[in-house]
Amino acid sequence: MTRRVDATVQLLGPAAVVVAVGIATTFVSPSTRIYFLNALVSVAIVVAIYVFVGNSGVLSFGQISFVAVGAFAAGVMTIPLESKTGVLPDLFPLLRDHTIGNVSSLLLAAAAGGVVAFLVGLPLMRLSGLAAGIATFAVLEITHNVLREWTKIGPGPTALSLVPETTDALQATVGALVVIAAAFLYQRSRLGRQLRASREDPAAAQGVGISVHRQRLWAFTLSGALAGFSGGLLVHLLVISTEQVYLELTFVTLAMLVVGGVTSLWGAVLGALLVSGLDSFLSEAEDGVKVGLTLDLPDGTRLVILGLLMALVLIVRPSGVTGGRELRIPRLARTVRA
Amino acid sequence: MTLAALDAQTLADAVGLGAVYALMAVGIGLVFGVLRLVNFAYGQLIMVGAYTLAFTSEWPVAASIGACFIVVLALSFVMDRAVFRPLRTQSPAIMLVTTFAIAFVLQAVALLVDIRDGTIGESAVSIAPLNQAIAIGGVDVRKVTIVAVAVAAGTLGLLALLLARTTIGLHMRAAAVDFRTARLLGVRANRVIGFAVLLSGVLAAAVAVILTVQFPLVSPDFALRDTIVVLVGVVVGGIDRLWTATLGGFTIGFATGVINGALPTEETVFLPSAVFALVILVLLLRPAGLFARGGGAAVERV
Repeated sequence: MTRRVDATVQLLGPAAVVVAVGIATTFVSPSTRIYFLNALVSVAIVVAIYVFVGNSGVLSFGQISFVAVGAFAAGVMTIPLESKTGVLPDLFPLLRDHTIGNVSSLLLAAAAGGVVAFLVGLPLMRLSGLAAGIATFAVLEITHNVLREWTKIGPGPTALSLVPETTDALQATVGALVVIAAAFLYQRSRLGRQLRASREDPAAAQGVGISVHRQRLWAFTLSGALAGFSGGLLVHLLVISTEQVYLELTFVTLAMLVVGGVTSLWGAVLGALLVSGLDSFLSEAEDGVKVGLTLDLPDGTRLVILGLLMALVLIVRPSGVTGGRELRIPRLARTVRA
Repeated sequence: MTLAALDAQTLADAVGLGAVYALMAVGIGLVFGVLRLVNFAYGQLIMVGAYTLAFTSEWPVAASIGACFIVVLALSFVMDRAVFRPLRTQSPAIMLVTTFAIAFVLQAVALLVDIRDGTIGESAVSIAPLNQAIAIGGVDVRKVTIVAVAVAAGTLGLLALLLARTTIGLHMRAAAVDFRTARLLGVRANRVIGFAVLLSGVLAAAVAVILTVQFPLVSPDFALRDTIVVLVGVVVGGIDRLWTATLGGFTIGFATGVINGALPTEETVFLPSAVFALVILVLLLRPAGLFARGGGAAVERV
């Protein structure tokens, strides 16, 4: 019984916070709305990263490549036919002559992210530690390089314009909820538990018959699919180019995950929302805001404060603000029994 | 210019770049040896050194270079005390992400300082004369290339002596093999780590001077690209040993120099992909590093 309550809280807690942000989005002014929508898409991206990094304990700098793949797949396929040949003349005929709807583009983004992640993960998931970090970083570099230079599959170095801006409060909220639900179901499944066991002790996990490679590959693929899906949400929100889905996004999303707490879904959601909130506040403050007294920070302060915050959390509390634990209701009975 | 001369020219420049990257590789490898920490912020140390040179370019050259060393060493010291020391017991991944954050902070601060005059980038003109070329057998060798190679060779020689012949060198080698046992046997952790960090700071300052001579326009992302390339080279070469790491750094610098010199720009657009694909291949086939001997027990693979 208590287990079921725990599970419900673990899912409903993060979901409720996301829904609250989604509802708040509809009440704020249009200029502030973009920050809220951004925060919701950040939740989706960070939870997607968490599915692999949090459950496996293997550091990856490469998950943003799947966000990029999803974003470009969804973006290129939803530009209206009549303007496509004009803006992207070099595309392959198959891509140039077809256009799909909004929801199917998100599904396509998820599929593209998942397939690429699976293919990349097949060899890469044998690596651990530093080698895994460098190899996944190499994946990010390759994705960035190919998307930037190959104009047959996308816009190349220019921004992807004319993509319908369909990510509104409803879509962003539902999108984030879908990703959270997928992450929740995965981490409570047999596969997820096997992977978490291998995170705590790889040797013992292998000893009881868990194939660490296979479990990591499943998580990597799911994470890639969710990241691709989030990329789809992102491309329908902002006009993006390859530079927006590269090093800085990698840094910011990792900062969110670390600040929240790498090993829990609750940490991923909370970290994404807290850091996005602070980030939005600071970028407003760079233009000057009034909070009691007028605050006007010089440009660039935002990045300094975000970086310092991340470093501070890592040094003082490496397990993040949630301590890497899931949300649960404090119960007296538990302390008594202990 | 004949083809042969072009080749010799490319090679001379490539050796120069390889020497600089080798120095950076030693700086990264020294700290990794005692701390198991990949210092992603190493490039930002160099960047700070380069800014110091730019801001002191009115001063006499010697004073300017001296200031660069002092600032970089002071920053290394602060990093050791404020960041590395509290993190020593954490996992390598946490330490790597932290240095990532530190790198980000330093770069953001540099941008804040730099942007005050309304433009990004400061130039360090006073030490630029070192960039003049002298012709040796039809090949233009820039003075700084000679300096770079000489500094690299000299530093590596001194370092070898230090590690092999002195007590602190012995302590560092012991700490690199097994830190806990070394501490039990009386090696003082803070002293060894502090020394390694300072040594790597000296190297960073030297690299800052050499790079600034070659590229006098200093911006917040100065040496960032180089650091990423060197990190890749170090891991590919084999980060567990200083010599394999250094060789990895030199090799990737030399290779970059040769490829950039030999191929026209329009044919190199997919070059990064090819290089990083190769990196992945090496990591898969030889996770302990290209130049490491044997299997390497330290490598985890599943």
